[in-house]
Amino acid sequence: MADERLSRKGYWRTNLKYLAILLSVWFFTSYGLGILLVEPLNQVKIGGFPLGFWFAQQGSIYVFVILIFIYVWLMNRLDKKYQQEE
Amino acid sequence: MDIQAWTFLIVGITFALYIGVAIWSRVGSTRDFYVAGGGVSPLANGMATAADWMSAASFISMAGLISFMGYDGAQYLMGWTGGYVLLALLLAPYLRKFGKFTVPDFIGERYYSQTARLVAVVCALFVSFTYVVGQMKGVGIAFSRFLEVDLATGVIIGVGIVFIYAVLGGMKGITYTQVVQYCVLIFAFLVPAIFISILLVDNPVPQVGFGGKTAENIYLLDKLNQLHGELGFAEYTSGVKPKIDVFFITAALMLGTAGLPHVIVRFFTVPKVKDARISAGYALFFIAILYTTAPAVAAFARTNLLETVNNREISDLPPWFDNWQTTGLLRFEDKNGDGRVQYYNDLNQEFSETAENNGWSGNELSVDNDIMVLANPEIAGLPSWVIALVVAGGLAAALSTAAGLLLVISTSISHDLLKNNLMPNISEKGELRAARIAIAFAVIIAGWAGINPPGFVAQVVALAFGLAASSFFPAIVMGIFYKGMNKQGAIAGMITGILFTSVYIWYFKPALGGPGHPEDYWFGISPEGIGTLGMIINFAVALTVRAFTSAPPHEVRELTESIRYPSMDKKEESYSEFH
Repeated sequence: MADERLSRKGYWRTNLKYLAILLSVWFFTSYGLGILLVEPLNQVKIGGFPLGFWFAQQGSIYVFVILIFIYVWLMNRLDKKYQQEE
Repeated sequence: MDIQAWTFLIVGITFALYIGVAIWSRVGSTRDFYVAGGGVSPLANGMATAADWMSAASFISMAGLISFMGYDGAQYLMGWTGGYVLLALLLAPYLRKFGKFTVPDFIGERYYSQTARLVAVVCALFVSFTYVVGQMKGVGIAFSRFLEVDLATGVIIGVGIVFIYAVLGGMKGITYTQVVQYCVLIFAFLVPAIFISILLVDNPVPQVGFGGKTAENIYLLDKLNQLHGELGFAEYTSGVKPKIDVFFITAALMLGTAGLPHVIVRFFTVPKVKDARISAGYALFFIAILYTTAPAVAAFARTNLLETVNNREISDLPPWFDNWQTTGLLRFEDKNGDGRVQYYNDLNQEFSETAENNGWSGNELSVDNDIMVLANPEIAGLPSWVIALVVAGGLAAALSTAAGLLLVISTSISHDLLKNNLMPNISEKGELRAARIAIAFAVIIAGWAGINPPGFVAQVVALAFGLAASSFFPAIVMGIFYKGMNKQGAIAGMITGILFTSVYIWYFKPALGGPGHPEDYWFGISPEGIGTLGMIINFAVALTVRAFTSAPPHEVRELTESIRYPSMDKKEESYSEFH
């Protein structure tokens, strides 16, 4: 029982670490690149897109989708490691 | 075949499909009715969630809105997609592990309190109902505009269809019709977008195409910026809204998305925690297909509009101009009597001199947001069947969202109010009957409100997000991540959050009769973004109250522990005693 508690603690800590990292990326891309830093980024052009505008209307959405799939992959691995699969 | 014949044909086929699916997926238990028996595959659930989520507003209005707002439209694009990251990482897996039927179920049991449950029920009803009325009105407009029946008949046909599949099949019927509706709406959105992208920039992928070059060998966005400059509009790719407001609105939409009961409840329908996570990924993927196409459509439509109509002689205007003028969505008045259309920004003071020198006396054309998607196929000269497809897509978007919302309303009444509050001894059969009666009534009331919309509906739909962000989101997140959060804190937080947000919205929304003026906005935050501040207040109040009250009982801490680990047994007996 004590072991189980200890192992669960490890699982939860790792989960929280993943959340912190993934949500920082989430925040940085949308609010950082898409809103706060949009003017300086717009000085850079990729094809016909000013970069800040691209992040706000395209890039951030791609990043959101990728983040969720990374999370799924990380958590499935973690479930396996701590035998948390249903 | 003409447009109308095509529209009847395509809309008729899609409706027959929805009813076929409904008959195939009839249900016999409350578990089937509320959460489709918990047996929906993650991929199907992802599609259903996407259809559930994307309403008439996403399909019809959003691209048009962005087209007029330029960069600032990003608040909708990011706001209505970024919430899924929060949903996938912070809510869906844990709520699936909790494994009940509704959001008030979670709030009621996690905070061991009937008061908390009631507060959640009231919030869920309020949020869902304001939202559903807008959908019904959308159904009515789509019918009346293209099938030339009046608005009331349109709403009644739409209501009838939803009635059949929602009452028969509950969540199961709704889920599988939503899967079909997703396919219809995404096909209908992509086909014209791809055609137009090929026409304008010779690229079949709209997402890439709007960064490409036009036939004149200049970048489309540069051309758009230049056209904007010539007409006194702000640069298309730069914003005009205050940064703090864009920030707060984006956040309110994200947090609201993650707190909307009809979205959350979709994650109760998959078999496992693992499925809930991946399902959120699929949902966002399916949503992203439309949401990354919409800004391209916006830029194409804007370019087309400016190029086609501006300074053109009246006799020279294309036929769609007349067609849409009769609907009232396009209005033209030749103010300076020169026989040409002048469309420019007459609110821009610095531009007024240029306008005067050009002999322009005011903007002569007003264009409704909705026209951009609806008229796009005509503007680009696409065949009639594409136009009919767009109508069917708009209807699919409105009906799928309406059905999901109606289910939340009926569940709140039959499950949260009757079963878990007023009549705990009601039998399984009785509860199922109550659920069906509740959804039937909800459909009828929504239909009635769709025909006689209260004037403030359009205003309130966008605000449903603020209300969800300021009430549910913090309560659920703390319920999962802070074992020590107690009922006093959660209830106080939810009530102050939603009250603050509603009062601020009322105060600064002239349409709701509020006396406030935009120059008095707190920190420059408009009512659309205030839900974010409401959420912060909710967190602050909850934590403060928690500091002065007692810890939650041991069983509740065990419950919170158990939802964090996919394989940990739920202590069913230990928390059911709070009923």
